[in-house]
Amino acid sequence: MQQFHQTFFEESFEGLDIMENELLNLDLGNTDNEVINTIFRAAHSIKGGSGTFGFTAVSEFTHVAETLLDEMRDGIRPVTQEAVDILLRSVDIIRGMLSALSEGGEMDADAIAKGQAELETLLNAGDTAVETPSDAEQASGSVDGWQIEFKPHPEMLKTGNDPVRMIKALAELGELDVQTDVSDLPALLDLNPEDSYLGWTITLKGDVAEAEILEVFEWVDDECDLAISPLNAAPETKPEQPETAEQAGPAAAAPVDTSTQAPAKEPAKAATTAAKKSGESASIRVGIDKVDEIINLVGELVITQSMLGQIGGELDSEQGHENHQMEKLVEGLAQLERNTRELQESVMRIRMLPISFVFSRIPRLIHDLSSKLDKKVDLVVTGENTELDKTVMEKIGDPMVHLVRNALDHGIETPERRVAAGKSETGTLNLNAYHKGGNIVIEIFDDGAGLNKEKILNKARANGLVGENEVPPDDFINDLIFHPGLSTAETLSDVSGRGVGMDVVRKNIKAVGGSVRVSSTEGKGAMFTIQLPLTLAILDGQLVRVGDETYIIPLVSIIESLQVKSEQVNAVAGKAELYKLRDEYIPVIRAHSVFAVGDANYSLNDRLMVVVEGDGAKAGIIVDDLLAQQQVVIKSLETNYRSVSGISGATILGDGTVALILDVPGIIDMFRGDANPVPPAPIKPDGSNIAEQAA
Amino acid sequence: MASILAVDDSASMRQMVCFTLKGAGYDVTEAKDGQEALQIAKSKSFNLVITDINMPNMDGITLTKELRALAPYKFTPILTLTTESSQEKKMAGKQAGATGWIVKPFNPDQLLATVKKVLG
Repeated sequence: MQQFHQTFFEESFEGLDIMENELLNLDLGNTDNEVINTIFRAAHSIKGGSGTFGFTAVSEFTHVAETLLDEMRDGIRPVTQEAVDILLRSVDIIRGMLSALSEGGEMDADAIAKGQAELETLLNAGDTAVETPSDAEQASGSVDGWQIEFKPHPEMLKTGNDPVRMIKALAELGELDVQTDVSDLPALLDLNPEDSYLGWTITLKGDVAEAEILEVFEWVDDECDLAISPLNAAPETKPEQPETAEQAGPAAAAPVDTSTQAPAKEPAKAATTAAKKSGESASIRVGIDKVDEIINLVGELVITQSMLGQIGGELDSEQGHENHQMEKLVEGLAQLERNTRELQESVMRIRMLPISFVFSRIPRLIHDLSSKLDKKVDLVVTGENTELDKTVMEKIGDPMVHLVRNALDHGIETPERRVAAGKSETGTLNLNAYHKGGNIVIEIFDDGAGLNKEKILNKARANGLVGENEVPPDDFINDLIFHPGLSTAETLSDVSGRGVGMDVVRKNIKAVGGSVRVSSTEGKGAMFTIQLPLTLAILDGQLVRVGDETYIIPLVSIIESLQVKSEQVNAVAGKAELYKLRDEYIPVIRAHSVFAVGDANYSLNDRLMVVVEGDGAKAGIIVDDLLAQQQVVIKSLETNYRSVSGISGATILGDGTVALILDVPGIIDMFRGDANPVPPAPIKPDGSNIAEQAA
Repeated sequence: MASILAVDDSASMRQMVCFTLKGAGYDVTEAKDGQEALQIAKSKSFNLVITDINMPNMDGITLTKELRALAPYKFTPILTLTTESSQEKKMAGKQAGATGWIVKPFNPDQLLATVKKVLG
């Protein structure tokens, strides 16, 4: 059974997401039965699966929630805000239980007990009749055997029940003597071959419990006349007989009322779901490792292709166009290149998922927070179909949740304050996503109070981040909120304001090669803009030559390239060299010495310097030459070799050589550790010679 | 060997049912809801249909009714997968023409025993 657990967990988490979203979608005054049905089905599947796969605790808990939903579905129970809230909490609890099971953690027994109690209180409040499964009573007493009178109703065959199978099953219980009663068999002309006319008197010898016999006829007890009597009667089993006959009575009556309501509901249901489903595209579930393997292989293919392309180009120029074969080869290679590019793009797209996977967490968050904070908030989501890499998506979820929490806690005001400020009572939070170049941009903006610059500045002054009399530009002040240890909430709440949030947000976003900015207008609102690379598998790189080696600098981290003028260089303490770039000093890093390539003791004058930025710090890297810019497939150095500081990965170039990709923040860090006396930036400009631009 | 059509919207249940039945040598075809099952059932014949009840698009009860209306499935055993709590669902299944039911949760042995019971 183990092999099905992974699938079970995945689909259950999906089911929980569905439950959560649909619960939030429920319009309390006017509930859509299909929505409740969808929620019910998700709960039902989780319950069924967890029972089957042995997760009894989950199954028991979900059963209670399912019962509640079942009553809502049947219209016995009104859909109240209270019930929805309790169900939402149940979703959280079930999710917690499943996470604990799938990841081997501990279940929160208190939360489970509390949730279960909540559900049960709600269930009992309605005081609906508790259904008791009508299990067949276990007949007791030892007997020599049974006499069974079995007469199927004419239409029994039409449910696929074959009397022969039942007699065979009885034969497995003990010695059987079967007498067939053909008295009802009509003349051949009147006989309907689809009806059953026969009856049987069966004598079953052996110590068989009555329950075992009843089990054989379990499915047909409303489709036949059945009388079971012990061969030598033990007195206590006698009264059983009328009971079994009676049992068939209500059981047969029950379906009548369900069937009257079922057809009325069914067509409408089918219609709405069909309409809903048609928009979705079919999908298959594939392990991410398989996709990554394909991506890797395609990466290799791209490299092989560019090698072939290079060789083909060389041959072509050597032999010219006279050779007809050559021309064909070049054509073929061009086609190969096109196909390879397309293949690579398609494969990359497999890993891409719509950002709605992250956005879908937000409505629930807002629902919970706005009631906790007594604020009214509308959520407007646009661009939720914008796609990005799954790995990037996994990293962006938590930072986004944090930003939304912040917007609700600090940004959007209470209804009273909003009205006082001349705004509508309900605040609006916008989530927007779109593609821009090779990046995805996510905007989170609210129409709340905006950032309080005064407060941020005071706090920053108190922390010594800004000098007493200094008045930095607005952007600088806004950016201070990403500084560790700066929280301006007047009172710390459990929603946000622990002061360790925003710097972590920035750190996490940077970790996947992205950036986050904030802009704000006091009294009007604030906007956070997150920019992320679409994928972590390829990168736009600037190829540079250092000695005989080729290195790659990620294009995003390059600010400019220029030719060094020696009068702009200051050597500090004879060790670190600083370059005066316009109004700031940046450390000079000689790539030759970092990577021990060739002689690093050269004069800086007229050397080529690439100005890079990483983690907010700038530096100038001295290289020998700038080569092509190209998209490269990132290969992990860690998995193939080991982690090397200053290097984030490697790639294979068209000519088959390996090129290392620079980890710009890492190199700047290394340099700082190496040469500590770096003056704090920014240094005030002295107005003299502005550095020249180049490249 | 007997061919079985297994219908369930839950992939894990479907996998479990198929794995168990295939292991016992049955020829199993999967469907993820009633609609898909009905399509498949029209193109190929089966000795047994096992269907979940609560499914999107077309539930097991409707599927059962639709199958019974097709000549080749007039007498084919159809088993529904139900939970103990839904006595009325069992009966609704029967009313629609189902042969019988398998109570969830079940383990592979119980499943095989029930399948053997109807396939003989």
